[in-house]
Amino acid sequence: MSGNSSLRTPSQRIAWATTIVVSALVFIFLIAPILAIMPLSFSSGSYLTYPLPGLSWRWYDDFISSPRWMNSLKNSLIIGVASTALSMVLGTLAALGLAQWKSRFKPLVLAFVLSPVVVPGVITAVGLYFYFAPIGLTGSYLGLILAHTALATPFVVITVGATLQSFDTNLARAAASLGASPLYAFRRVILPLILPGLASGALFAFATSFDEVVIVLFMAGPEQRTLPREMFSGIRENISPTITAAAVILTTVSVILLATMEALRRRNERLKGGG
Amino acid sequence: MTNALLTGADASTEVPLKRRLRRAERARQVKALALVAPLLVFLLFTFAGPIAGMLWRSVDDREVRQVLPQTVAALADWDGKDLPDEKAFAALASDVLAARAAGTIAIAAKRLNYALNGFRTILTSTARNLKVAPEPGTAKETLGKINPAWRERATWTTIKDAGGPVTGFYLLAALDLTRNADGAIVAAAPDQAIYRGLFARTFVISLSVTLLCLILGFPVAYLLATLPPGRSNLLMIFVLLPFWTSLLVRTCAWIVLLQSKGVVNDSLHWLGIIDEPLRLIYNRFGVCVAMTHVLLPFMILPLYSSMKAISPAYMRAAASLGAPPLTAFLRIYLPQTLPGVGAGSLLVFILALGYYITPALVGGAADQMISYFIALYTTETANWGLASALGAVLLLATLLLALVYGKLVQGQQVTGGMKN
Repeated sequence: MSGNSSLRTPSQRIAWATTIVVSALVFIFLIAPILAIMPLSFSSGSYLTYPLPGLSWRWYDDFISSPRWMNSLKNSLIIGVASTALSMVLGTLAALGLAQWKSRFKPLVLAFVLSPVVVPGVITAVGLYFYFAPIGLTGSYLGLILAHTALATPFVVITVGATLQSFDTNLARAAASLGASPLYAFRRVILPLILPGLASGALFAFATSFDEVVIVLFMAGPEQRTLPREMFSGIRENISPTITAAAVILTTVSVILLATMEALRRRNERLKGGG
Repeated sequence: MTNALLTGADASTEVPLKRRLRRAERARQVKALALVAPLLVFLLFTFAGPIAGMLWRSVDDREVRQVLPQTVAALADWDGKDLPDEKAFAALASDVLAARAAGTIAIAAKRLNYALNGFRTILTSTARNLKVAPEPGTAKETLGKINPAWRERATWTTIKDAGGPVTGFYLLAALDLTRNADGAIVAAAPDQAIYRGLFARTFVISLSVTLLCLILGFPVAYLLATLPPGRSNLLMIFVLLPFWTSLLVRTCAWIVLLQSKGVVNDSLHWLGIIDEPLRLIYNRFGVCVAMTHVLLPFMILPLYSSMKAISPAYMRAAASLGAPPLTAFLRIYLPQTLPGVGAGSLLVFILALGYYITPALVGGAADQMISYFIALYTTETANWGLASALGAVLLLATLLLALVYGKLVQGQQVTGGMKN
């Protein structure tokens, strides 16, 4: 263990032990709330506290049989998938272009492209609220998809851009010199190599849309309410255990996204290590 | 490629080759720009346009001008020293009659009431009591009788100031400033001067959360950067899982834990440490805890990146030169983490400044940040000018900090490390 090699004095050992103890407490702080909420969703009682009176699926039944919750889950998926698809197209094209573009305006353009991440959600939401209302895009799926695409695309540009940076352009040249048309070279040479980067970009884009609530709060009509939006009202009114069931469902989606992301990262590291 | 080389070998065509290369390069650049263009156009429509629209709204002031057009025109050349002349009174009477017929009085009344409390009553009572247009030359007398406020200069300066088409009124109001009857910028009345306090509160909460994140994040980042990769990757899950978990789930979890009949209070009661439940949520404590939880990964990841880049050889060199461990840590290790500390702190601070959902759900009335009021004025009270002005101030602060952040991480690729 590299930390140990320099631990010669007792004071160093104490410092290292303190680091471990403090870190352990912080890890508990980070994870415990998420873990604590999960068992409550399986409670047979309606109080959100321990010890559980018994185990049951009643809150999941409640979730599944509630048109409001199921509709919100459906909306989250529709808006998430559509804005991911749109941001993948726009973001990948832009990342490909930015990788080749040489100009002193490039930092400025890049800053503009990434700015939706930095600008506070409320400001984007208020701006869109004023701007989309007169043209009938509030209370519509299209409006939400466009707004979420704007928020998600920067992540695609960053991840795909990072992948392209490590891409060896000689491979594209080799394909061209062997007579491949640019499109064919892209499809058969470039695409397979940047695919993991594209996949992480898509995961980021989907997670961004799936988790977004401020814009939905301003722009969605009752028909377009997403899962986080429904949770927001639920928390405001009173927290029923159905919300904890919704939370577990959302967290499961997050875990799947995270696991896929980790798998992609490991694969990438392995490839890099092999090369 | 080969073709270009062959022609290049021919001495007489050396210049055309250069030109052709330049042309090829230019074509490449045009193609590159064409690839970026769809996103730029898209963002202009769905992002820059809306924000520009919001900024425009913070100075846009056309309501009074639309409802009382003749009055605004008549007041245009009024010097504002004494009461305006009969012409302005007659114009106002005519405007009020027209606006009552069109049902637009309330629009002007609302706007004028922002500038002068009670103006709504002045205008609506005038609209109610003015049955017909006054005889020529008697408008001043008639209006003065309906509401004595028309005999006061301040009433008229308010209309003139609100005559638009653009105004600094909302932006000044967002900074607790206003114009007095003489047009000088002065401090706003104490009952309306709430926004500087609000910005200060937003700043204090963001700063507290940033410091908490730094204190909690530093040892964790150090541990992760020092442990061998196998173990640190495993522990990284403790950071990444919350990072990927929905904001709403985490906020909800804190409410379940901290509420008066929540898990923490119940456990403390069961252990006999407390008799009465502690107030842990819907106050500043709850806001800071929940926001720190949400933002901590944004501190740990840049810190981790910067610590990972520090070669252990430096510390060994310091030790071999006789530096005690603490000195080596303070003088060699710590300074090298400063870019990461700066980047992480700025990132957390920038994100915290704009927070809305978490304070709205776990904070009390005294813990709401600037975003809450922007949302409130947009959807509840429909004071869009003020909402936009507060938004403009928040946007400016955020962009300035983001600029500093950009300079700080330039070449450091902290975000690149974070996203992978």
